[in-house]
Amino acid sequence: MDAIILQILNGLDKGSAYALIALGLTLIFGTLGVVNFAHGALFMIGAFCAVTLSKLFNLSFETLDPTKKDFLGNPLKVKTPYVQEWFGPDVGAWLIDWSVPLAILFSIPIMVAIGFVMERGLIKHFYKRPHADQILVTFGLAIVLQEIIKSNFGANPVPTPAPEVFRGSFDFGVLLGFDPNVIIYPYWRMVYFAFAAVIIGGVFAFLQFTTFGMVVRAGMADRATVGLLGINIDKRFTIMFGLAAAVAGLAGVMYAPINSPNYHMGMDFLVLSFVVVVVGGMGSLPGAVAAGFLLGILESFASMNEVKSVIPGIDQIIIYLVAIVILLARPRGLMGRKGVMED
Amino acid sequence: MTKTTLSRRGVLKSGAVAGAGLALPTIFTASSAAAFTNEPTGGTVTLGFNVPQSGPYADEGADELRAFELAVEHLNGEGGGGMMNTFSSKALKGNGIMGKKVQYVTGDTQTKSDAARASAKSMIEKDGAIMISGGSSSGVAVAVQGLCQEAGVIFMAGLTHSNDTTGKDKKANGFRHFFNAYMSAAALAPVLEKLYGTDRQAYHLTADYTWGWTQQESIQAATEAMGWKTVNNVLTPLAQTDFSSYIAPVINSGADVLVLNHYGGNMVNSLTNAVQFGLREKQVNGKNFEIVVPLYSELMAKGAGQNIKGIVGSQNWDWKLEDDGTKAFVKAFGEKYGFPPSQAAQTCYAQTLLYADAVERAGSFNPCAVGEALAGYEFDGLGNGPTLYRADDHQCFKDVLVVRGAENPQDEFHLVEIVEVTPVEQVTYDPEHPMFAGGNLGECNPGA
Repeated sequence: MDAIILQILNGLDKGSAYALIALGLTLIFGTLGVVNFAHGALFMIGAFCAVTLSKLFNLSFETLDPTKKDFLGNPLKVKTPYVQEWFGPDVGAWLIDWSVPLAILFSIPIMVAIGFVMERGLIKHFYKRPHADQILVTFGLAIVLQEIIKSNFGANPVPTPAPEVFRGSFDFGVLLGFDPNVIIYPYWRMVYFAFAAVIIGGVFAFLQFTTFGMVVRAGMADRATVGLLGINIDKRFTIMFGLAAAVAGLAGVMYAPINSPNYHMGMDFLVLSFVVVVVGGMGSLPGAVAAGFLLGILESFASMNEVKSVIPGIDQIIIYLVAIVILLARPRGLMGRKGVMED
Repeated sequence: MTKTTLSRRGVLKSGAVAGAGLALPTIFTASSAAAFTNEPTGGTVTLGFNVPQSGPYADEGADELRAFELAVEHLNGEGGGGMMNTFSSKALKGNGIMGKKVQYVTGDTQTKSDAARASAKSMIEKDGAIMISGGSSSGVAVAVQGLCQEAGVIFMAGLTHSNDTTGKDKKANGFRHFFNAYMSAAALAPVLEKLYGTDRQAYHLTADYTWGWTQQESIQAATEAMGWKTVNNVLTPLAQTDFSSYIAPVINSGADVLVLNHYGGNMVNSLTNAVQFGLREKQVNGKNFEIVVPLYSELMAKGAGQNIKGIVGSQNWDWKLEDDGTKAFVKAFGEKYGFPPSQAAQTCYAQTLLYADAVERAGSFNPCAVGEALAGYEFDGLGNGPTLYRADDHQCFKDVLVVRGAENPQDEFHLVEIVEVTPVEQVTYDPEHPMFAGGNLGECNPGA
């Protein structure tokens, strides 16, 4: 029982990341009709926003300590972060420690701007082109973006820890009546799940309860009619692209402490997120979220030794297996709409 | 006026002969007039450095390339000479190799076997490289070693740790300076016994490819020999990034040690996940839960950040060693690049000097003469203490370092501290050891 609860918890945080990325993907597909293979790169750039802010807070000046030697036998250069010099040691240390949560604020304008430039500068030229062209150009863009990140940050993962207070793990088992240390779960993964829930709720509320959202939903349902009413739907869809980029970026920012960011992390998530979108139903926002969590949990269960001993290698194929079964039973995915990608 | 008579049959015959000639791979024809592949004829000799310049090990590849550049500089008599001054052999004079100025070309392995073979082939065929060196993966090393054997050039392996490189996949033209999985396990076991006792239950997570398998097999055998029990060995996909679902079952498995047979990004992520799940603070069977990472690397330690603190593993070499060779190399490398070299850099630098020295001692660039000079060669002064290039399998035998993540590193270069230098006798094995069985060096191939 304890193993099952642990894997459900695991699946929830994995599913949170899938859901957040898939939400942005399906938002772009639903509004602009573009299959955006650069979406994983936006997730990766978000994570590197956290890395960048952490590096900015750690920018230091050097003083020589003659009592200590460096690796060449010269006096050791001791680094002191500027933020500690400017704001005092305590505030400076706090800024460095909390760089990941603070990167949420830092990343939003950056991600919106990147999304805006991507859409206006490149992707809008491919709206009327076949999906294969869109996939090629956005895939190429993803590779360009990851190479830019690699040339600036290197190929190695960059450790970006969570604030000290969230670095431990929580004993869930005790809450549920188990012995201590039976079901323990990292604090930061719980934070990630809660954060994902807030973002997903926020996006749905924005689309459901604002006039802007209503127009966007109307445009997703019937773009031509909304245009005939004199509404500039393209402008709103561009804003939605920026929003989708920001959602992917935020997912990346908060993911940075879970696994040290590297330039390739977007590609690792991209294929899985596409499967999530297809299983959820192309263009369906609730479908993307539901499929994200469903596949995250199934993937976790498939990694259990008990399951792997019965079906070796199941952890490698479970997501694709489920995708095949669901698409055979429901060709439009879990919550797909009629007419989407069927023309 | 002459009349040319062309018959249909004649044209076909000539075409077929010319076509067959053109179709012959240049690798077999380029040096047909020479005694061996890419025999240097002018005033220069070309070496080929095949390192990951893109992909996940690009940083390690960049460090290897720095070391190669430094070695070439020293061979050509530029710079301070580095480890040439401490090398026990005095055959190298700083005038290139056999009086020929050393130049080099580089290739990008991308840490993919097919790409690595293609870049090595290009350097041999198009650039005339007479020796290939470098690399950061055993899969790549085995593939490139096979190519060099076919092409008739020497392969001086870079960072490759699988037993197979000098085991079942060994080749007469291939030589490995780096240590291997068996040696890691043999060096680690006594230290693990000292630190954690003999009554331990180990749970292994293993990267599902050649290096992971041989690493796991070696460390399991070594730890079981001292009394540890193996609770489970779970193979993890190489492409895995989040290991939480593999870590979770460890918590209630009854294991009190987690062995991460992972390298590179896998190691950084699995270790980070294990620490996040509180395994380091856990008490199992009345003992502190411990994590072991058999193969360490400074670059990976940097990636894992604070999670590496107190974690035990093994290394081929470390810049903090106190011998004269290490000091000379660290000084030369540090003054040129501003930071200390990695173990990948050291092995590549040493391999370049060892190749050049073997050519000088053999008095020939012929790969068979060079191979003969390297096989069974004993040397010192290259940072690892007295070392033997064993003739039976072309594996270097030298001391192995057991290291641990530093608790309070004074700077970013002191993330790893040396726990013990395990003497070479303790890590030496029989050439016919079952973990290395099934291979055959075969005959040296000079190519032409």
